[in-house]
Amino acid sequence: ASTLAFLEYSGDKISSNSLSALSAAKQLTYPITAILAGSQIDGAIETLKKVDSVSEIIAIKDKKYDGSLSEPLAALLADTVKKHSFTNVVAASSSVGKDTFPRLAALLDIQPVTDVTKVLTTDTFVRPIYAGNALETVKTKQPVNIITFRSSAFTPAASGDGNANVEVETAAPFDGPQSEITKEEFISTGLPDLGSAKRVVSGGYGLQSKENFEKIIYPLAEKLGAAVGASRKAVDEGYCDNSLQIGQTGKVIAPDLYIGIGVSGAIQHLAGMKDSKVIAVIDENAEAPIFKTADVGLKADLNSAVPKLTELL
Amino acid sequence: MSNKLKILVPLKRVIDPLLKPKISASKIDLTGLKFTTNPFCDIALSEAIQLKEKNSNLVENIHAVSIGSAKSKEILVAAIAKGANSASLIETEKSVEPLAVAKLLAEVAKQQKSNLIMLGKQSIDSDANQTGQMLAALLNWPQATFASKVEVSSDGTSVEVTREVDGGSVTQKASLPMVITADLRLNNPRFVSLPKLMKAKKTKIDTKKIEEFGTDITPRLEVEKVEEPPVREPGIMVNTVEEFVAELKKRGAL
Repeated sequence: ASTLAFLEYSGDKISSNSLSALSAAKQLTYPITAILAGSQIDGAIETLKKVDSVSEIIAIKDKKYDGSLSEPLAALLADTVKKHSFTNVVAASSSVGKDTFPRLAALLDIQPVTDVTKVLTTDTFVRPIYAGNALETVKTKQPVNIITFRSSAFTPAASGDGNANVEVETAAPFDGPQSEITKEEFISTGLPDLGSAKRVVSGGYGLQSKENFEKIIYPLAEKLGAAVGASRKAVDEGYCDNSLQIGQTGKVIAPDLYIGIGVSGAIQHLAGMKDSKVIAVIDENAEAPIFKTADVGLKADLNSAVPKLTELL
Repeated sequence: MSNKLKILVPLKRVIDPLLKPKISASKIDLTGLKFTTNPFCDIALSEAIQLKEKNSNLVENIHAVSIGSAKSKEILVAAIAKGANSASLIETEKSVEPLAVAKLLAEVAKQQKSNLIMLGKQSIDSDANQTGQMLAALLNWPQATFASKVEVSSDGTSVEVTREVDGGSVTQKASLPMVITADLRLNNPRFVSLPKLMKAKKTKIDTKKIEEFGTDITPRLEVEKVEEPPVREPGIMVNTVEEFVAELKKRGAL
């Protein structure tokens, strides 16, 4: 048995989501071959070589994989699985993983297991269902097991003194359906990435305005070196960008510290943060459901309590 | 007029998203709970209807389909009331995995001669987020997942979709036929009025048993058990910002 790990990268860096997927893949106990695809992968290859858990790297230098469109990418992965007879294919449950892996699975006539949070054995996994209100244990015994891992549940694989062998391969021509990217907009807050940050400050509807969100949430996040997140309601009201949404349909996070400010705690939001190590909440409404999930709660006026907290730290 | 849109909207009947399922004997127990259309499916339907309203000469019809128990007729009637032209039910009491669902939907798409399929990005029960992508693969169509904006070209040949992705958004363009999966912010589905719902009840819902399709729906995965997530230790309430900081320090979080 052997595992193919699809990895995402940016410049020289392997994405933190993908490094978490590698840690999870290691628990499958089979040798791991990583695949990197795109026109600019040399830097990422050098970085990846040093990661201990990777024994081989398949490098596909081809610009049709820039932008990670699912149509050519799923076809490439299906071809690679067949060519080398991999028995497992894994990725992070990132937006690229979610987009591409079910497509790959259907090409191979496999039912995938997505968003896995725990590896029990080489073929048995735990995944949350019903917005994390239940945990399902599933066994997959198919010719190829296709799995995506939820990044927040696994520690990213560290760099060591690995020395993976690099195989440069050429992708078969792709004559399937074509999409093209016409625009890309990525948001940079200058703060740590929400998906992998150790600390997160999350703002909700209780902040009442975009101005207040920025005035209250950002200084606290900066002081803590934390990422900024938000509830669905705060995003819908336009207080911040939608890529900052935490929840069943947004980012699922599990930082060491989550501080919720003016977040009421709808079950969809709780689905995205309830595995945080320490949950601290400040809200004016003592009845807010999030207090039931909090380790430390403070019922107070946000506009005075949060700046005071920022000052005290 | 070869480019008229024939839109297929698959819908799933699920537990009310505000409710928590009960778990007993290592299984999900949904008895006595309220059900509704999966919210993401409802958004997809609403988008199809808005496309039709905005471009009546471009959209030929909207067909809604569901796979599930006879009770799924309720959500199909609601879909008709909201503006779908026709609806069909693939009836089964069994739980069907996304791969089999995608195979069945691919059959329906062929029968309906659909050239645009709009569905929810995930159902709020299994949270799988797979069906649309698998359907696109089986049909060999392009896909645009997690859509927050959909724009059809004036001649109805291509669609531009803005997608919510990690860290921002990506706009993707493809020619029809294609599959689009709806994200939360694509639109706000409207409520349906009671008179419309009463009228829709008279519409015939074409119902077929799942076995009539000849698709293998044998589960590939074995669900060993379902359990409650671990319960957190009860927390404490503090009265001042100073105590708040002290408690976080005590817990090693600062």
